[in-house]
Amino acid sequence: MTAIVDTRTPNPKNFFPGQDHDWELVIGLEVHAQVTSEAKLFSGASTGFGAEQNSHVSLVDAAMPGMLPVINEECVKQAVRTGLGLNAMINNRSAFDRKNYFYPDLPQGYQISQLYHPIVGEGTITIQVGPDKDGKFESVDVGIERLHLEQDAGKSMHDQHPTMSYVDLNRSGVALMEIVSKPDIRSIDEAKAYVTKLRSIVRYLGTCDGNMDQGSMRADVNVSVRKPGSDFGTRCEIKNVNSIRFMGQAIDYEARRQIDIMEAGGSIEQETRLFDPVKGETRSMRSKEEAHDYRYFPDPDLLPLEFDDAFVEELKADLPELPDEKRARFMADGLSEYDASILVSDKAIADYFEQVASGRDAKMAANWTINDLLGALNKDGKSIEDSPVTAAQLGGIIDLIKADTISGKIAKDVFEIVWNEGGDPAKIVEDRGMAQVTDTGAIEAAVDEIIAANPDKVEQAREKPNMIGWFVGQVMKATRGKANPKAVNELLRVKIGG
Amino acid sequence: MTDLTDLTLAQARKRLADKDVSASELTDAYLAAISERNGALNAYISVTEDIAREGAVASDKRIAEGTAGPLEGIPLGVKDLYATKGTHTQACSHILDGFKPPYESTVTQNLWDAGAVMLGKLNMDEFAMGSSNETSHYGPVVNPWQRDLMNVAVRSEGGDVGTIESPPKDDTPLVPGGSSGGSAAAVAARLCVAATASDTGGSIRQPAAFTGTVGVKPTYGRCSRWGMVAFASSLDQAGPIARTVEDAALMLNVMASPDAKDTTCVDRPVPDYTATIGDSIKGMTIGIPREYRIDGMAEEIDGLWSQGIAWLKDAGANIVDISLPHTKYALPAYYIVAPAEASSNLARYDGVRYGLRVDGSDITDMYEKTRAAGFGDEVQRRILIGTYVLSAGFYDAYYTKAQKVRTLIKHDFEMAYADGVDCILTPATPSAAFPIGDKEMAADPVKMYLNDVFTVTVNMAGLPGIAVPAGLSVEGLPLGLQLIGKPFEESDLFRVGSVIEANAGHFAP
Repeated sequence: MTAIVDTRTPNPKNFFPGQDHDWELVIGLEVHAQVTSEAKLFSGASTGFGAEQNSHVSLVDAAMPGMLPVINEECVKQAVRTGLGLNAMINNRSAFDRKNYFYPDLPQGYQISQLYHPIVGEGTITIQVGPDKDGKFESVDVGIERLHLEQDAGKSMHDQHPTMSYVDLNRSGVALMEIVSKPDIRSIDEAKAYVTKLRSIVRYLGTCDGNMDQGSMRADVNVSVRKPGSDFGTRCEIKNVNSIRFMGQAIDYEARRQIDIMEAGGSIEQETRLFDPVKGETRSMRSKEEAHDYRYFPDPDLLPLEFDDAFVEELKADLPELPDEKRARFMADGLSEYDASILVSDKAIADYFEQVASGRDAKMAANWTINDLLGALNKDGKSIEDSPVTAAQLGGIIDLIKADTISGKIAKDVFEIVWNEGGDPAKIVEDRGMAQVTDTGAIEAAVDEIIAANPDKVEQAREKPNMIGWFVGQVMKATRGKANPKAVNELLRVKIGG
Repeated sequence: MTDLTDLTLAQARKRLADKDVSASELTDAYLAAISERNGALNAYISVTEDIAREGAVASDKRIAEGTAGPLEGIPLGVKDLYATKGTHTQACSHILDGFKPPYESTVTQNLWDAGAVMLGKLNMDEFAMGSSNETSHYGPVVNPWQRDLMNVAVRSEGGDVGTIESPPKDDTPLVPGGSSGGSAAAVAARLCVAATASDTGGSIRQPAAFTGTVGVKPTYGRCSRWGMVAFASSLDQAGPIARTVEDAALMLNVMASPDAKDTTCVDRPVPDYTATIGDSIKGMTIGIPREYRIDGMAEEIDGLWSQGIAWLKDAGANIVDISLPHTKYALPAYYIVAPAEASSNLARYDGVRYGLRVDGSDITDMYEKTRAAGFGDEVQRRILIGTYVLSAGFYDAYYTKAQKVRTLIKHDFEMAYADGVDCILTPATPSAAFPIGDKEMAADPVKMYLNDVFTVTVNMAGLPGIAVPAGLSVEGLPLGLQLIGKPFEESDLFRVGSVIEANAGHFAP
């Protein structure tokens, strides 16, 4: 093992308060990401999610006598693509090892993994932590230790029979990428930003669907605490955390638990722990002494995995634009760092935005996408994929504003109608008479009426020009919001004088 | 009438092609021989009569239609290690009780595609771990050869026996060697024309030598391992046991093939291995490794080796002394690498999905009871050794070191071949067949392991080797010589092996 280097300068904003001094968290993550591929890592069986139990199981996956693994080239390509996305060293020669242990959902009695020679070596990703209250993000570099390919296990089901456990081997042999970070993470927010960024990268690349709720991505979280700037403390590993929110809770609980022990004069035992999302706490799974001896050794059924530079170059040439590049491009198009960061955080959102912005004002498209669309989606707990308003519809609404057909305020109403009922925004505006009144004659009549009815307010407005806002509101009310606000303003200013 | 079971594969092929004999007649003759003699030998543990008869009928049809394959109608025995669809496949272990695979191994499929007929499954050491076929769950195989009583008696008085017609036999049952003991015994006893076998440390060549048959361990990667119950994946290799060098070549022609389902199997064409048989070996260089002249080697083994050297020299080969300096480390290193791989390969026999299950109070208890009951002593011993050498803190001292030794052994051979050596000649075994239940061997497993002292190097280096019968011991038991070739130059082995065969003749019990 290479020595672990501390790459960070302690930042007080990350500290946990303590009795005598503050505490600093040190976090390292091992993220297991299921490779997007039709077939499993070493067999032709399907990787489809949600199929009937034991329906996606080949003879290899069930470890029948005499069966042999054959590497799935697509999984190798996906791992290389991911490595490139992590700005990491691609190892043209890697090898598979067996990790031996007994469990009924592990039919071979060993997991084929890559301990000694992983397919991807060191890399770095830059995460955006924030935004803070000023809408600013902090950029933090997190080192990647390695990425390796390995098989997933099946699933044991303990709730199907009073005395027996059942096993579902559909997942047995599915390809996983284990992405190991360096211990460069110093706060819960950074940990969340790291997983969010990783998920965004693999989704952009199409190498993992990143669906944590389906188990396509899960994390083992290594947590230790220390006096700021001192040597690394003893870590505990929290296994199989399957949501970003739970990860935050788990780290928080674990950090406080460790701090309590240290402040009571105790010391931390290296161990593996489990997070219980119901109780919101971690509990011991096994101590260092109870740790398995996995008896790793090179898998003699598989030749070393070798490819040339051309193989890597070809994959590199076909890589899609990644979040960092996209954010830079959005900012060059005039978006704020905040807007750009929000939009690129999820490829589906970025794609949506780019459709809306195509041929339109980028800033306006960003505002509508972020404030109105994402706001409404969040409120309803919907994802962008399930958005009731399509990018074309939102674009249509923006076009109506741009053409002065509707005001921004009416546009919100149109958005709500499209959200609830669907339909073409232009047609909705026309059918429901929502187009704003630009006919100065009609507006003038309304303005005159209001002025005539409120002589006292007219006096006040002459003293205090801000009062003109009150008149605007009254006119808008009288025209049911359809008057062009610009025209109303101009008329009022002329008529009241100022 | 000449017994049909006396025909070699080459002869049977001709008689079948000439329609002089039918596949059904041939198969029936073997089924009759099995039913008559297998009880005493225990070579077959499962006889697939129906499959054999149906196969023979199909072969006769193809022969009549003129679409006969290269092994059309040839009745074969199959080592129990090969997965044969819907039939007994247990590697002669209790833990695979009742296991009948829904798939066919690549090697046996190749044979059936070539028209061969399956007679049944052959006994073997459990999971191919053994050198005497005594570790089989189905009991030991008896070598069809017996000691020549007169020879033994006369020798003890220091006399010379000369040649005696039908000398009286000592009926002490002898081992056929292992692990392919069933294959060797069945071929020697005329209970099949030829048989599939497998070789991890000598499991084809040693039993072939003990039974007067020809056994070939091809280059690692020449035959597919797909569908063979794994013992030690980096060493296991399929190969034939047959009555003659030509028969063995005819078998390997069909058994060998590329296979996308086994990534360690090479993608290179299979030559006609019979093509070089009978070619002159004039000008070939045969290496004689001095390290194989081990301490305490029996005089008759040494004599046999000298005889072999003389035959090859007479046939025009250049004989050169060579050194393979790391030979003495091969056996110890083998007994680290092979058990290490086995400990992992055999982890799948856990009582969960197939085979034996002994119920327990929880999953761990079930594992322990199943594996304690399902694995025999030798298999358990090797799983323990393998688990130990891979354990944290021991891995580098044992496994890593053994792999380094393996590289050095390979390098020894590469140097010899780089110096112009075509083939290497050695004894196949340090002795002739020994009695079943030999007390010395039973008391000390290492004594048993020493049976493989001349053969393991070949597996460790991934090279091809052949054992050819070369003479009889003073007790009248067969002895073999081994030829070791360059990678994928099996043709050299058949070419040189046929010279030994021509000089030594054939041996039948």
